[in-house]
Amino acid sequence: MPGYDIEIILNRQLAECLSIPVFITDTFGNLIFYNEPAEDILGKRFEDTGEMPVEVWANIFKPLDEQGISLSPDELPLVKTLKELLPNHKSFWIESLAGASKRISVTSYPIIGREKKFLGAVAIFWKADPV
Amino acid sequence: MKIKFWGVRGSIPTSGADTNKYGGNTSCLTLTGADYNLVLDGGSGMQNVSFADPMIDNRIDILLTHYHLDHLQGLGFFKSLFNPNLEIHIWGPAADYDELHFRLNRYLSPPLFPVLLRDLPCKLHLHAINNSQFSIGALDIHARYVIHPGPTVGYRIKEGNKVFTYIPDHEPALGPEGMLKSSNWISGFDLADQADLLYHDGQYTAHEYLTRIGWGHSSMADAVLFARASQAKHLILAHHDPGHTDEQLDEIYAQLMDDHLCEFVCELAREGITIEL
Repeated sequence: MPGYDIEIILNRQLAECLSIPVFITDTFGNLIFYNEPAEDILGKRFEDTGEMPVEVWANIFKPLDEQGISLSPDELPLVKTLKELLPNHKSFWIESLAGASKRISVTSYPIIGREKKFLGAVAIFWKADPV
Repeated sequence: MKIKFWGVRGSIPTSGADTNKYGGNTSCLTLTGADYNLVLDGGSGMQNVSFADPMIDNRIDILLTHYHLDHLQGLGFFKSLFNPNLEIHIWGPAADYDELHFRLNRYLSPPLFPVLLRDLPCKLHLHAINNSQFSIGALDIHARYVIHPGPTVGYRIKEGNKVFTYIPDHEPALGPEGMLKSSNWISGFDLADQADLLYHDGQYTAHEYLTRIGWGHSSMADAVLFARASQAKHLILAHHDPGHTDEQLDEIYAQLMDDHLCEFVCELAREGITIEL
């Protein structure tokens, strides 16, 4: 398996230093890394799961709007970033498989490396107060 | 593939009796073979570089890893640049906002240097590279960005079934966890994977590294871990710290060998030696 570009490796190393949840995906949305604070959101440990295909990790929690209606994937910041290669931000609710709900904010940005090559995306999760 | 070390010191040249053994010139190596004359980096060691006469195809290829001064300061003193009969190709990492000739011109122009790049008598060709693959004679060359401040590449150079990897400035252990365990998360791994000879940054002791994290260089211990992870067969520790005397380097190396049981050949780079692959 070819190694990741250093822009991706350095984003991971940064994420390992942060106390806020960070997800890193490849260009297809496959989850290639999440840091320790992000393990609370997923309810899983990176050491146990390793990398996760998009169809696996995207189903671990359900995004809901303020009225409790499911959000379509296209409304989520990370999905938008992967499609548009632009930063995005949104607050919404997530419901875990266990049924617990919490309101979060997500900021995502594309990793555009040297040669202006799109290499993946980062999503940062913030605690958001209920409206 | 004949590899000669013309400069193995890091950061700034040193001179004096206490650095004579390992040498004081900064990064410069040559690779010569049946159909190529290659120079790796243009540190102060480059002032002494010469090739067999007559030269193959009257062509020299200079591969730069990056543009820090210790990898460039010998370029203006490379005699072949002033030979109108020679074709010289310079390969170096691209930058998004600056073309290669502008980068080289920052040094090769007044007031830092009296001769302009465009006034050099040789037939000069510049090649900006990224994560690239290209051939020079029988050599198959891969360049890939590695962790070091500014655009910096390492090179994997293959001839037949022999691989030489050159990463003189590299900090693969940068980060809170040090070097990551999965090979695909290690900067430079693809370049060094099962190399017959790995020439790698080993500027600091493990203790010194603790106060120099983020400076772009490796401890010798991390270089050993990197060589082990990539299953290199022979590790050359280079880019010696200018503050380390020969005596200190010998002591540091002896301690390193006590601390790490190397299953591969591990030695310190020494100016003037030649290794044949």
